[in-house]
Amino acid sequence: MSQVNLAEALNRTLDHALAELEHVVILGQDVASIGGMFGVTSGLAAKYGIDRVIDTPVSESGTVGVGLGLAIAGMCPVLELPLIGLSYSAFNQIATHVSRIRNRSRHRFTAPLVIRVPFGGGTRSPEHHSDSMEAIYAHVPGLKVLVPSTPVDAAGLLRSAIEDPDPVLFFEPARLYRSIAQELPAQAIRAPIGVASVSRGGSQVTILTWGSMVRDAITAADQVENDGVSVEVLDLRSLVPLDINAITDSVAKTGRAIVLHEAPRTGGFGADVAAQIQEHCFSLLKSPVRRITGWDTVFPLRLSEHLYMPSVERISSIVKQVVLE
Amino acid sequence: MSSRSLSRSAVPSQPTGAVQVLTRDGELLEAPPISFQQTRKLYRTMTLGRAFDRHAVVLQTQGLLTSYAPAEGQEAAQVGSAAALRHHDWMVPSYREPIAMWMHGYPLDRLLAARAGSELGGSPPTGVNVLPLSLSIGSQLTHAVGLAWAERLQGRRRIALTYFGDGATSEGDFHEAMNFAARFSIGCIFLCQNNGWAISTPRSRQTASETIAQKAIAYGMPGYQVDGNDLFAVYKTTLRAIRRARMGKGPTLIEALTYRLGPHTTSDDAARYRTDKEVESWRQSDPLTRVRLYLSRNDAWSPEWQVDIDRRIAHQIEMAVDSLNHVHGLTPEECFDAMYAELPTHLVAQRASALEFVQ
Repeated sequence: MSQVNLAEALNRTLDHALAELEHVVILGQDVASIGGMFGVTSGLAAKYGIDRVIDTPVSESGTVGVGLGLAIAGMCPVLELPLIGLSYSAFNQIATHVSRIRNRSRHRFTAPLVIRVPFGGGTRSPEHHSDSMEAIYAHVPGLKVLVPSTPVDAAGLLRSAIEDPDPVLFFEPARLYRSIAQELPAQAIRAPIGVASVSRGGSQVTILTWGSMVRDAITAADQVENDGVSVEVLDLRSLVPLDINAITDSVAKTGRAIVLHEAPRTGGFGADVAAQIQEHCFSLLKSPVRRITGWDTVFPLRLSEHLYMPSVERISSIVKQVVLE
Repeated sequence: MSSRSLSRSAVPSQPTGAVQVLTRDGELLEAPPISFQQTRKLYRTMTLGRAFDRHAVVLQTQGLLTSYAPAEGQEAAQVGSAAALRHHDWMVPSYREPIAMWMHGYPLDRLLAARAGSELGGSPPTGVNVLPLSLSIGSQLTHAVGLAWAERLQGRRRIALTYFGDGATSEGDFHEAMNFAARFSIGCIFLCQNNGWAISTPRSRQTASETIAQKAIAYGMPGYQVDGNDLFAVYKTTLRAIRRARMGKGPTLIEALTYRLGPHTTSDDAARYRTDKEVESWRQSDPLTRVRLYLSRNDAWSPEWQVDIDRRIAHQIEMAVDSLNHVHGLTPEECFDAMYAELPTHLVAQRASALEFVQ
């Protein structure tokens, strides 16, 4: 066991996958030469060769389209898109083909591939780096959408995604790449897809969240505990498929629910979570389901991004309102 | 628009610099690439393609097909290229290559089923390496690159051939696929059927390039412009490209100059944007007539044989059309069951809801 950050956990997972699964190949911009935009694939080309860790041309749609062809003919591609804003260039391939080929061909052709996408704010990056557009992908039938929030989950979920027979959009919170460390077993680990995780136990309100907001939710929960408020934090981890049982179990226990995400509010994935809570838990709710989200604005540039991100203070304040009012 | 491009004719002129083996009068300009026996077989296939196409248009007008994209006039471009493939090679079609798909193992009844609105038509039989139709223009080109690359990575010498039209060459995916394939020397053949029109947009509106074939130069791959209504020229050029691909030497772009004699689809009225005179001039360059004249000139065609193959083809098509009587849509379960390898719980619940409202 050793302490690793989230980027290192992903790196180690890809290392195991390349060593243990012969059909795994990694494609992306700069993935071989410098380990990609965030160093996640560092050292892998030297170890496994540039035929398995492949620097592509600057070509997001091309990478996903070629990746689909590779997957159909027996390979298991792990594709890295440099950042969320560049995933839009590949959206047609994802929504038109990757998500549909199994259905279109009645299982005859399938797309067992993973698309890794760094996303989210708080990294003081230029425009297009900080969006949280997971809802767009969660809305496309045929995809699975995963968002880890810890190094251990990142490792376990990525390995499960690589072994999954269907296409997985794997969103990596850029803010967390190097900001938290955990013990990680030396061997490959797997985390089940479609299973949420209770990050912090509590009894009066459930914060349902994912990605980088998990940590802020825990911080806020610790703060409001001093005010006598007990918060449970449920890390959804997998948006599609969604662990509705874990959601209803927790909300049934606490009777209150707050959905927290960095993404814009309108049409955000939180709207769907809130709707499902009312469908499944309406009679158990002691207060309306609340949302704490980014605004329906363009994500601000570096000097103003704090105005956008749901802060610990904002979370704490709304948690107290929901429980104490 | 510059005056230069305005003055250019709207559609490709009859090929001049393009590769040609058989003139429109059926005369050979060089030794034929295949025997009389093979030529007769391919002529029969082109005839099947023409007949299937015309039947499909009729079936659409009868309301049995949702929409159909006729390929009449493009038979040599399709049959000539598909004939150069080996069984395990990949074919990645757009949506106007029924006879090429059939040649590579896609049954006629499934082609019709797809057009009739059944997902069951999207699945070729096991062992047939043909992807289903791709309606998003140009988006399938990168798939062909990936397929050929996967074969090489797994130590096999299979290649991929993908079809697209002149309109697709204006798409970003055309650029990305060509660039990818050339950069990694992928064994992929890009077969552009330049049929003059992308719905109502003429070839001259797509690009200021003199030819589509010349675009290959910029990507670092060979590019050939061929007379796309010349079965032999298409076959010979495709075979040359495939041999190169199989040797690991990389991709080739082939621009087959041909003409869509029919509308874009059965929903289109081509008379709105092009003249009868133009269509008539291309009818003079019919790809089937050319092969028939050649065979006839060499005593390898007779009216009796034509009657015989026409009769057999009619029967073959009748069988496929009969299958439309049995074609069905998805069951409620099937709407859900091919979304994932294993149905997630939310879809299990949705499937149960869907079943509640089905008699």
